[in-house]
Amino acid sequence: KSIVSVFHDILLDKAFKATVSSDVWKVHCTHGGEPVVLFQRGAVRLLDSLLAAPQQPIEEVLAQEEAIRWSAIIVTETQQFIIITTEQKGEHFLYLQRLNPNSVQRYRLEREEPGLSPLSFSATYRDKHICLLYLYPNGHVYQSVLSVRGLGTEEGVQALPLPRSLLLGLPVGDGQLEAASAMALDEAHVAVVGVPHPSTQICSNSFELCLHHLCVDFIVSLIQLWSYSNKVFIPHGKTLSIIPFECPKSSLASALGKLKHTKTEGELNQTCHTLTPNSVPSWNNILHGEKAQPSKSAETRRTVSWISVFANSEFVIVHTVTAPVEEIQKEVEGFLTRAEFQDLQPSVGQLALTLVSRSLADPAFYSSSTLAQLVHTRCLCHSVCPDLVLLALEKKDYFLCQLCLQFFPDIPEAVTCACLKTRAEDVKKASAPSQLICPVGLHKAVLINEILQTPYSDTFLLPHLKDLSSQHVVLFLQYLQFLYLKYSQDAFPQMEGFRSPSLSQIMDWVCLLLDAHFTVLVMTPEAKGLLLNLHSFVKSQVRLVSELGKIEGSLQELHKMKAKESIGQYSIEIIELF
Amino acid sequence: MGEFKVHRVRFFDYIPSAIRTMAFNSQTERLAVARADGAVEIFNFNDNFFQEKVIPGQDGRAIEALCWVGHRLFSAGLNGEITEYDLENLRPQYTVDAYGGPIWTISSNSQGTQLAVGCEDGTVKIFAILEERIQFQRNLNRHKGRIISLCWHPSIKTEMELLVDRATGASKNKEVVVWSVGYLSDHTIISGDSAGKVQIWNGLTGTLVRTYLVTKWDVLVLSVSKDESSVIAGTSEGTVIQFQFISSTVDQHDKEWVRTRTFRNHSHDVSALAHTDTAVVSGGMDTQLVVRPLLDKVEKNTQESALRKIAFPHRSLVGCAKKAGLLLFQFPDRLELWKLGESEGHGKPGDRLPVKRKPEKLIELKRKGEDHICCSALSACGGWLAYSTVSNVRLYRIQYSNTISINKVSKLPKELRSVHQLCFSSDSSKLFASSCQSSVIVVAVSQQECRYLHTLKHKTGSRQPVHLLCASDDGKWLATANTDCEIHIYNLHKMKLHCMVPVYNSCPTTIAIHPVTNNLISVHADQQIFEFSLVQKEYTQWSRRLQTQGLLSLWLERDTPITHITFNPKNLDHIILHDTYMFCIIDQSLPFPELNAVLWNQMTLKSLPVSQRIGQSHAFKICKSFQHLMCVSLLEDLSLVVVERPLLDIMSQLPAPVRQKKFAT
Repeated sequence: KSIVSVFHDILLDKAFKATVSSDVWKVHCTHGGEPVVLFQRGAVRLLDSLLAAPQQPIEEVLAQEEAIRWSAIIVTETQQFIIITTEQKGEHFLYLQRLNPNSVQRYRLEREEPGLSPLSFSATYRDKHICLLYLYPNGHVYQSVLSVRGLGTEEGVQALPLPRSLLLGLPVGDGQLEAASAMALDEAHVAVVGVPHPSTQICSNSFELCLHHLCVDFIVSLIQLWSYSNKVFIPHGKTLSIIPFECPKSSLASALGKLKHTKTEGELNQTCHTLTPNSVPSWNNILHGEKAQPSKSAETRRTVSWISVFANSEFVIVHTVTAPVEEIQKEVEGFLTRAEFQDLQPSVGQLALTLVSRSLADPAFYSSSTLAQLVHTRCLCHSVCPDLVLLALEKKDYFLCQLCLQFFPDIPEAVTCACLKTRAEDVKKASAPSQLICPVGLHKAVLINEILQTPYSDTFLLPHLKDLSSQHVVLFLQYLQFLYLKYSQDAFPQMEGFRSPSLSQIMDWVCLLLDAHFTVLVMTPEAKGLLLNLHSFVKSQVRLVSELGKIEGSLQELHKMKAKESIGQYSIEIIELF
Repeated sequence: MGEFKVHRVRFFDYIPSAIRTMAFNSQTERLAVARADGAVEIFNFNDNFFQEKVIPGQDGRAIEALCWVGHRLFSAGLNGEITEYDLENLRPQYTVDAYGGPIWTISSNSQGTQLAVGCEDGTVKIFAILEERIQFQRNLNRHKGRIISLCWHPSIKTEMELLVDRATGASKNKEVVVWSVGYLSDHTIISGDSAGKVQIWNGLTGTLVRTYLVTKWDVLVLSVSKDESSVIAGTSEGTVIQFQFISSTVDQHDKEWVRTRTFRNHSHDVSALAHTDTAVVSGGMDTQLVVRPLLDKVEKNTQESALRKIAFPHRSLVGCAKKAGLLLFQFPDRLELWKLGESEGHGKPGDRLPVKRKPEKLIELKRKGEDHICCSALSACGGWLAYSTVSNVRLYRIQYSNTISINKVSKLPKELRSVHQLCFSSDSSKLFASSCQSSVIVVAVSQQECRYLHTLKHKTGSRQPVHLLCASDDGKWLATANTDCEIHIYNLHKMKLHCMVPVYNSCPTTIAIHPVTNNLISVHADQQIFEFSLVQKEYTQWSRRLQTQGLLSLWLERDTPITHITFNPKNLDHIILHDTYMFCIIDQSLPFPELNAVLWNQMTLKSLPVSQRIGQSHAFKICKSFQHLMCVSLLEDLSLVVVERPLLDIMSQLPAPVRQKKFAT
């Protein structure tokens, strides 16, 4: 039988030794709690009480052929718990043993695919609940939440089914995980390590995005993972990797790598699943220096299906695949009014994606108002639903186009140009040569106005502009000229709340268009008048500016003269008090 | 409100004297400051840092050190004498020669029984402090070289720690002078030296614990806080560096001296420092007294936490003869009498009028003797001029015909000996002089003779000096204020005490009697304003309303006192008063500003049409167009005289500071 020895913590002299009557599985000891002895047959004793009577009889809790696979101790504010998982004939059970007063509850784990046993368990305590995380070889990470309060009274007689939820589905490729370990870092992040996949990952479980990823060649089959004070510890071979981490508050925008207000066009081509901006610089660099391996997260993202955390949105999403337009509209409207804003982001993206893909597949189906509603939530951006703008263009839904241009911070220049290129059926034939008649129809004008206000980068935009036909360019230039004249005549009637392009935006677009198409325009007879007009504009503007410059010079001179006047020793001045 | 013609005067060449040393009395919260010209000033830190007393300087009295012993103040200087001051009569009480050559330092033990002075000849002399005098006790062993600084151990009775200037420095060929030492209860010794180092020593073992190189130049002065947790050091670069006795890391228990803060408030040498419980007080060559609150000791964003710079004396050095348009400037060594210029024509507000006749210096009167001038007065008609030193009073008759003649009145009554304040009656027939024990001597002056009339005395028993004197225009009343915050009113017809204004707990900084209503206006160091009716012997309705409603915090938070009040003879509701940074016309007919109103609303009013101004305006009309004001007065022709002394002008006349490396120089 087992011998329990107690050592003095400094001298390490054997201070006490007792032989107990049954085999010990493990002695659990944690900060803030008393040491607890767990016997192989599932019984639990406090160390002190055991040492007081070493030969006391130890009962058998586990059934025949039932064996402990894993155990842990959890200390709450008032109590200590021992969690034991066991295996019996391919079935897995969980025992939640409360100490002092002792009580035990037995749970049955739901079956995974036949023949699969959990590879790793991890238990954490937060918000009065014990959170159990377990990982199967097929890459599924489940979470079960146990309340510490409502422990059943009928002591462990019946095995209650343990409800679980799929937290993550890790891509494991063709094979299965041989050894792996998963651990919750906080409410939103899980660290996973395993062979042969997925190496080491820290995943954000609300978006199912792999935030960090690194590859370590593990040679051992036993894989362990600890976390302590924002560091993950992974032993492999003779080395121990210590990886510092930070769990940033998740949001879709930060997960996508850009926030609503950032309008740098250069970022557009960045993949949307890169590291969050405020996380630790680069995991790859920490472990591998410069030879960082290509991120696997793109694959992760494709293979993993979106499991929304909201039951109702799930329902809506399922619905959108089949229901008619009116019903979808009603559902979405209801969903939007029900859901909290912060919770909307993932579901809205998913909804929009589903709607767009259905529209693309089924030409008869198109739900303009629902999409507009989704865009209006401002939870969408172009990267989430890249086909939306083009779909709207195809359906000639200029209103939706305008909304997208207005609310999406990340529309690529190519798409902007595509909007410009749409055949304007409502072109008016310029009957009168007057420049003060708008050369395009109202809808088109509104769309162009929005385009003028979208952010862009010259270098990205120019190549796309070159694709415009010369008629388009002439028409566009005419409209810009019209706008410009309008502005200079009405002395800039900028109204509150009225979205209109600024004068400098108009001028920038004129310059861009001329840059892109000058040689073509010079050869085009229709453009001649327009170019001459623009030329005379520029000439008059240059003259005006030079005159202003002169005035500025003289005014500055005046300024200098005033400063020179000093007060001196004595002066007689007139002041007025009010 | 109206337009004013302003004589903007900038030819008063007043240069304050450099601050040489200071001593803080934490019992009474008084700071004594000694200036290079030998003057000693007392600031009351309990009362808005008001400069309540000034003991005038003397040629040749170069004070090197000050020392409080209870309420008594001692100084020692390069003339080799120890002086105790009579703080009631604002003059040295006695001097004792130490016979050791120039004295560099003076310090008393914590019990206040012994004084130690360090002399040029290398001796430390111990004097016993007795009532009314001090007595030589013994010499300590003579050292080679002068004693620059010494310090008593705070608790041990017997011995003192002293360090001489010939301490060995880092390099052998350069002599290092220890300018200042501090001795703490735990026998830690802190020294500041000419090599720019602050060094911490273990006094028991004589070992050097820590060296901080704080400047390329000299560390001139050290000051230790009362609880010995903080030490400040002043350098030639104008910085003050704080060291604190703290644990350097959070979880460490053993404390050490750590350099913490650096204050840069001076352009020149910091030669005087005092460490109060809540602030660092510093002064030096640049003549300004700076009170820098330690932000860990005071509540943030309050008046208490604001930095204070005291650049000008808290009393008027400018006299103004309203009828004659003359200005009298008082310097320690001379008086200047100026006649203001004249202008041509009229102008709009903001205009500068052409000067037809330039201002003219009529008289420059050098004082006699070695005592500095402590007060002066010019009669309203400009015909009489008087000044006083601690030893005597001089009276002059000035006559303006084609030429100016000035004649000293030869026979003055013997009662006019030592006075603190002088004032003429408005008809120039009487001269009032505040004398010892808060009494006022009344002297009749006329062409023929100068005759003693009476000595006015109050009955409260206060012996504090009268620092403010004010006679009413009708010649009936005389008001006096002393540094016990008492204001006494005398009836000059009956030559006796009329009444006393209820004592307010802050010292009056200026008083004035209204020419028509005979109400007394007093403004105090805490910026409160009171109006007291002399006839009814009570505060007026206006004053009560003001107290009920309260002054705006912006007014109360100004950090310079009101030093002068005048009235507008054309509009009896107007009271004109000024501090260093603004002058203000209080219109008693207008409502007080609401507590949320803008105090300085002149720009707003200017932008409003005339019809709307009345609704917006309030009693305080503040003008900030003129800065660094020494005097604002209203002449009989209703033009304002504004005497400015820009600090930049003062700075430009100071000697060059030590060269400091700046970028791109």
